Amino acid sequence: MEPSLATYLALSGILFTIGTVGVIFKRNALGMFMCIELMLNAVNLTFVAFSRYYADVTGQLFVFMVMSVAAAEAAVGLGIIIAFFRNSLSIDTDDASIMKN
Amino acid sequence: MATTALFFLFAGLAIASAISMVYHKNPLYSAISLVGVFIALSCIYVTLAAPFIAAVQILIYAGAIMVLVVFVIMLLNLDDDKPLNRLRYLYAVGGGLGLILLVQTFFIFYAVMRAPKQTVKVDETVGKTLSIGTAMYTEYLLPVEIVGILLLMALVGGVILARRLDAPKLELIVNNELERRHEDELKDEFRVRL
Repeated sequence: MEPSLATYLALSGILFTIGTVGVIFKRNALGMFMCIELMLNAVNLTFVAFSRYYADVTGQLFVFMVMSVAAAEAAVGLGIIIAFFRNSLSIDTDDASIMKN
Repeated sequence: MATTALFFLFAGLAIASAISMVYHKNPLYSAISLVGVFIALSCIYVTLAAPFIAAVQILIYAGAIMVLVVFVIMLLNLDDDKPLNRLRYLYAVGGGLGLILLVQTFFIFYAVMRAPKQTVKVDETVGKTLSIGTAMYTEYLLPVEIVGILLLMALVGGVILARRLDAPKLELIVNNELERRHEDELKDEFRVRL
């Protein structure tokens, strides 16, 4: 006996909610970045669950695509964070306001 | 039965690690909690009969991306996150959005539970590396190529972003100073500048 599809979707939804709330509450850019990774993982879980329950390999393939996008995002995002830190000596998103005024 | 027990064990672990990630102010603790989420999710993929995805999850997420994140945290020598001092209304926005998403989650849970029972089509070849590789290089070749180009773009973008605009021109300094300085002094100077 296996847990039903609904259980997997509920776990995925809870993880996605935690990630969303984290993106809004976190102040530093790295924390936001990690919360976005958590949201991507929650979506991956739905892909794999549907792939299992419909016996279709496409879901697992798209998990692979999402992981590649996450790797690209990590490379560019961390580059931006380091460039920002070099300019303002902080990665606090509240300090990223030089475009203001 | 064993699958169900394992699922609830790792689901609890994943949710606990996720909450701990959002709760901790120190970025390093957050990163380590996130590794916990990745490992728990990887175990859940094993219970879903997707061993390839489970292995890739550990390799790419816990192995590559999180090492990069921890490396950046160490490089920047970050302090703890300060509490919000402005934009206080963000607490209300975040709480409201979280509530809406949770309600949606439970709505989906009940909708799927009430739907006519899906019979699990047991197909043991799905999820094996062979089936994924076959689909990847026949039916889904174009998306794979697009992902390859995306990774190339990320590589170029990373190099451009990490480049220093005011990088010292080492070559010119060496040539000028060779003429008037003693060689030992030059070596020391070179080492300091590097």
